[in-house]
Amino acid sequence: MLEIKNLHVKLEEEDKVILKGVNLTVETGKVHAIMGPNGSGKSTLSYVLSGRDGYTVTAGSAKLDGQELLEMEPEARAAAGLFLAFQYPVEIPGVGNMTFLRTAVNAQRKARGEEEMSAGEFLKVIREQAKTLKIDADMLKRPVNVGFSGGEKKRNEILQMAMLEPKMCILDETDSGLDVDAMKLVAEGVNALRSEGRSFLVITHYQRLLDHIKPDVVHIMADGRIVKTGGPELALEVENNGYADILAEVL
Amino acid sequence: MAAPARSAEAEARLAGLQLPQSGAWLHLARGAAVSRLRAMGLPVKRDEYWKYTDPTPLTVAAVPVAQVIPGETEGFDGIDCLRLVFVDGVFDAAASDNPALAGVEISRLAEAATQDIHWAHEVYGVLEARGQTPVARPLAALNSALATDGVLIRVVGKVSKPVALVYHQTSTASDAILHHCVKVEDGAELTLLESGPAGARSNTVMEVQVADGAAFHHVRTQGRDHERRTLTHVFARMGNASRFKSFTLTANGALTRNEVVLELIGADGVAHVAGAALGNGMFHHDDTVFITHQGTGCESRQVFKKVLRNGATGVFQGKILVKQSAQKTDGYQISQSLLLDDDSQFLCKPELEIYADDVKCSHGSTSGAIDDTALFYLRSRGVPEREAQSLLVLAFLAEAIAEIDDATIAEAIQARLESWLAAGAH
Ligand SMILES: Nc1ncnc2c1ncn2[C@@H]1O[C@H](COP(=O)(O)OP(=O)(O)OP(=O)(O)O)[C@@H](O)[C@H]1O
Ligand SMILES: [Mg+2]
Repeated sequence: MLEIKNLHVKLEEEDKVILKGVNLTVETGKVHAIMGPNGSGKSTLSYVLSGRDGYTVTAGSAKLDGQELLEMEPEARAAAGLFLAFQYPVEIPGVGNMTFLRTAVNAQRKARGEEEMSAGEFLKVIREQAKTLKIDADMLKRPVNVGFSGGEKKRNEILQMAMLEPKMCILDETDSGLDVDAMKLVAEGVNALRSEGRSFLVITHYQRLLDHIKPDVVHIMADGRIVKTGGPELALEVENNGYADILAEVL
Repeated sequence: MAAPARSAEAEARLAGLQLPQSGAWLHLARGAAVSRLRAMGLPVKRDEYWKYTDPTPLTVAAVPVAQVIPGETEGFDGIDCLRLVFVDGVFDAAASDNPALAGVEISRLAEAATQDIHWAHEVYGVLEARGQTPVARPLAALNSALATDGVLIRVVGKVSKPVALVYHQTSTASDAILHHCVKVEDGAELTLLESGPAGARSNTVMEVQVADGAAFHHVRTQGRDHERRTLTHVFARMGNASRFKSFTLTANGALTRNEVVLELIGADGVAHVAGAALGNGMFHHDDTVFITHQGTGCESRQVFKKVLRNGATGVFQGKILVKQSAQKTDGYQISQSLLLDDDSQFLCKPELEIYADDVKCSHGSTSGAIDDTALFYLRSRGVPEREAQSLLVLAFLAEAIAEIDDATIAEAIQARLESWLAAGAH
């Protein structure tokens, strides 16, 4: 379970406050969606949860199964089960996709005191996962995200998620830049991972993704806060009417 | 013209050393080298060519003390090769393999007096002397004059395994002056490996003649002996359609200057020179390369990468000279440094001098910090910071390592690099 309480965040370098008291709880096994206007703080929330530099938490807490995330190194958060599919996946020239993933899988296992995955076993699992996401062998060998198309990068994020088997998955606009078929593929990838022990926080602008990944709860974020929470119908409302009505109602 | 003070220094240095006993031809070659040295004098910091590197530790008569690093495994452990061992600059026959190997003739320089090795007359001191213009390299002349040992290798066929020159240092004050000559005859091929500290201070010259259609591969590691002062010169002269590849992996060392002076004489030759260096703290590493294109249609490529931290200094001086005759030249040069903190520095002087009109030459140089976004991405996937940084360092060095043709040797280099990174050598 992810519990975010009264989270206030400003930029480290300047006095700009971005998150102004976020309260959000994602129960284990549930899928929550966050929608909200551009610049409302959705990506910032996901970065702060995963431990990126450049932000200062001035108040609040974020706990994953009772463990305070905000005090942990990014790698420790990952080992604790947190995963962020980036809005803009990063290109890393010179580091093979396969090497990267194997290093990551085994680093997490090591951190949790589990046995490392053998080269053979890893190869078998990654081939299977890649196949379902229609990622070809060539993409696995290439440097991480280098020369990947926008959609390939997003599928690669889902592949990483599948390999790392996190407890709490945050997907930041994983649907943007995907064609209709790729979106179905990604949604199927996500749905295949849905389980009792795994939660999702899906950040998106469009109802379309939520047609495939049916959320249990939908939140609206505006100006650094969760301003409204509801069921799947809330996403439809946004799709049809935009944010104006909702924002007028809460402000 | 040498200033009188510099000549006096050269005399002082010569006075402290004895011209080794040699056979007639070698004696003459050494005498000629002494004259060259006297005419040039020893290098000093104000020389343009030594602007970024102070040569004093290499020129002073008293050897700066260098501790011996115990228990360091040999650079090419586990690779099947013919090992020739030198201890503090002296060949150790007992520790070496039997030098009998099909396709190659190997003799020891110190014994060349009693054997008349004809081909070496045209190589020993000859390539070095050619390399004295347009830039003087007095310490290479000093080496030709005073070398105490080395090997003469003539390659006549394809050799079944690499020849490895393995250096050990046992004394904290050894002053090793090694001189090797290699002649790779028409169509022949040799892989030569070098590893380990030749001495507390070392001055190594290798002259390589690569004949028509021949290939010479050179892979070298310079290890973790922090207090080492090392100067190396590789002088190479290449025939038609010949190939030359040299790669050096360096970690630490108080002073390391690796010079490569290479002439593409014949047509369609290919010469690649690459280096990967890791410097942490008291580290000064200098790659100085001078490639002359004379033949038509030749390709030269220089790839040098340095990872620096804790006040380490990296230097790159690389020149491509394309003579008027060298049409269709393809010259490429890249020198890059990854600075892991603000204390380190990279000094770079790339030079192109082109007299032919139909050529393709490019060079680039960059100096940058580690990519924080990439570092975070890796950490967000659970890779600990140190390991993530090592991955990015390896990625940065990959282009240089890719210059090693032999997969097994490349793996050995990669493994060594990884172990150095794990041990915190960077
Ligand atoms: N490092 C930064 N420097 C300056 N401003 C920043 C930085 N990070 C975030 N911001 C600002 O904070 C606000 C929230 O940005 P964020 O990326 O979290 O929005 P978002 O809700 O993800 O928007 P979008 O829907 O467009 O992806 C924006 O106004 C943005 O410009
Ligand atoms: Mg965003």
